[in-house]
Amino acid sequence: MGRASRVATGPAMRLDTLAGDVGEWLRGTGPESDIVMSSRVRLARNVAHYPFVSRMSETDRGEVERFLRERIATSPAGSDLEYIDVGRLEEIDRQFLVERQLISREHAEAQGARGVAIDGREQVSLMINEEDHLRIQCMHSGLDLRGAWEQIRSVDEQIGRVVPYAFHDRWGFLTACPTNVGTGIRVSVMLHLPALVITRQIDKVFRSLHKLSLAVRGLYGEGSQAMGDFYQISNQTTLGRTEEEFVEQVGDVVPVLIDYERRARKFLVRETQQNVHDQVSRAFGILRTAQTITAEETMQLLSRVRMGVLLGLIGDVNLADLNSLLVRTQPAHLQKLRGVELDTKDRNIERARYLRRHLEGGPPQN
Amino acid sequence: MKCQQCEKQAVFHITELETGEVREVHLCEDHARAYLNQSGAAEGGEGTSQPTGGALSVGQTADDLATLDRKACPMCGITFFEFRNQGRLGCAHDYVHFEKELEPLISNIHGSTQHAGRTPVREADAAGGALPAATDQFTAVIGLRREMQDAIACEDYEGAREHRDAIRGVEEHWLGGNVRGASQPRRDGARDET
Ligand SMILES: [Zn+2]
Ligand SMILES: [Zn+2]
Repeated sequence: MGRASRVATGPAMRLDTLAGDVGEWLRGTGPESDIVMSSRVRLARNVAHYPFVSRMSETDRGEVERFLRERIATSPAGSDLEYIDVGRLEEIDRQFLVERQLISREHAEAQGARGVAIDGREQVSLMINEEDHLRIQCMHSGLDLRGAWEQIRSVDEQIGRVVPYAFHDRWGFLTACPTNVGTGIRVSVMLHLPALVITRQIDKVFRSLHKLSLAVRGLYGEGSQAMGDFYQISNQTTLGRTEEEFVEQVGDVVPVLIDYERRARKFLVRETQQNVHDQVSRAFGILRTAQTITAEETMQLLSRVRMGVLLGLIGDVNLADLNSLLVRTQPAHLQKLRGVELDTKDRNIERARYLRRHLEGGPPQN
Repeated sequence: MKCQQCEKQAVFHITELETGEVREVHLCEDHARAYLNQSGAAEGGEGTSQPTGGALSVGQTADDLATLDRKACPMCGITFFEFRNQGRLGCAHDYVHFEKELEPLISNIHGSTQHAGRTPVREADAAGGALPAATDQFTAVIGLRREMQDAIACEDYEGAREHRDAIRGVEEHWLGGNVRGASQPRRDGARDET
C-alpha cells in the first residue's frame, strides 16, 4: 500500500527538501538539449461514476480525491509515487509546485479537495481534480517524446486496471472539455529559440506551425507572451488518430525547428559576431552584478547567457546550472531556499544576491 | 485565466459554434453579460429572450435553439445552455445524451468523429462485458446519487435508503470485486497483454 499517503502529514517538509534540487527535466541532458529543454506527454482521464469536476458537489470532490488517491496507491504505478494534498498546502507551496511544472496554475488556484502524486525523479505527476478527475503527466529532459510516451502509457495502463475510466466506443476517453476527447493526449516540447527571436524569424515559424494544427505558447509568460525565448509546441487535436500518431505529429516538426534555430545561431556568430558577443556578455555582466532584479529580466538575461554558453562565447558556466537557475530564481523557490517569506521588493534583492553568488565563483551548490 | 477584455478573472468560457468554425471566448461576468446581450440581440429576430451567444448550426430556428438549450442530462442535470456558457460538460453521460448536438462541434474541433486510439486495459472479462456498457452502468450512479440527495431534501428517507443501496450495489459489483481484485497480484510491474 503505501508510501502514497505518507506525505499527506508533512507536505511542506518534503517540498523544502525538493527546493535544493531540480527535477529530472532540468538536468540539461538528453538528445538535442541545447535547444530542446524538455519533452512532455499528458493524458486526461475521468472516472465514470462521478460528475466531471466543474459539476461536482463538495462531497463528490472529496470522494473522487480519496477514490483516486487510494486506487493509485494500490496500483503498481503508485508504489513509486508520493502524494501531496494540494488542497491543504500554503499558497507558496502550491506556487512552488507550479514553478517545477508538477501541477498547473489552474490546479494551484482551484478550490476544494485535490492533490498530486509525483515520483522521486519528478518525471511523473498525477493531478487529481484538475479540469479532469485525473491528469497524468510525464516529462523527460531533452528531446525524448518516445520515452515520455512509453512511460506514461505504462502508468496509464496500470491505473486503468483499477480505475473505471469514462470511455465510449466512438468518442474514446471522455473529458470535461470536448477539445480533449478521444485520446486525451497532449504532446509537447519546450524549446529554447533565442536566435530565431533575435533574427526576427520566430513569427514566420509559428505561422507555419499553426497551419500544421500545432499550438505554440510562451512558457513562462502569461498567455502567448513568451519570456526568455522559451516556447512550447503541442498538438491541438486529440481525436481521430492513435496516440503514437499524435506523438509523431509533434515529434516530426522538432528536427525542423532545431535546424532553423541552429542555422540562426550560426548566422549570428558569422554575421554579427561582435554584436552577439556584446549582447551575451552584457547579459552575463548584469546577472553577476545587479543589486535588485525582477523575475522577468532574470529570465530574459539567463536566456541570452544560455545561448552565449552554447555558442562558446561564455566559458565556465554549465548548462545544468543555468537551467537550475531558471527555476530557482522564481518567487516561490527563492523564498523556500531562503527560508522566509519575502515581498516583491525583497525578492528582487534576494534574487540578485542569489545570482551574484552562483554566477561569480564556480557552479551553484544549492 | 484572464478575461479577454479586461484584467479580471474569466468566469464564462463560451464556445461559439459558427458555420464551419469553433471559437472559445473567455470573459469576466460583466463582459460576458454584455457579450451575450449583444449577440442575442443581433440574432433575436424570432423574438426569443434567450441570450444564445451564436447560432448552433445552419437552419435552426430560435425556438429549436431555446428548446435545445433547456435539454438536460438525466444523470448530472446539466442543460445544454449551461454547457454552452461554460464550455465544460457535466458528466460522461453527456456524450451519449447530447451526442447529436456535440457531433458537429467535435467534428469542427478535431476534424474527426471517431476515436482511433487505445481502449482501457482491464483484466480479461473483469468488467463482465463490453466497456461502453460498463461506463453506462457507472454513469447511472451519478443519477442515483442526485435522486438520493433529492429524497433526503424531501425527507423521504425510505427512498433515500433505496437509492443508497442501489449505488452501493453498483459500486461493489464493479469496483469492490472485479476491478480491484484484478489489480492486486501484480506488484512486479509485469504486463501480460498480447
Ligand atoms: Zn472583463
Ligand atoms: Zn451529465
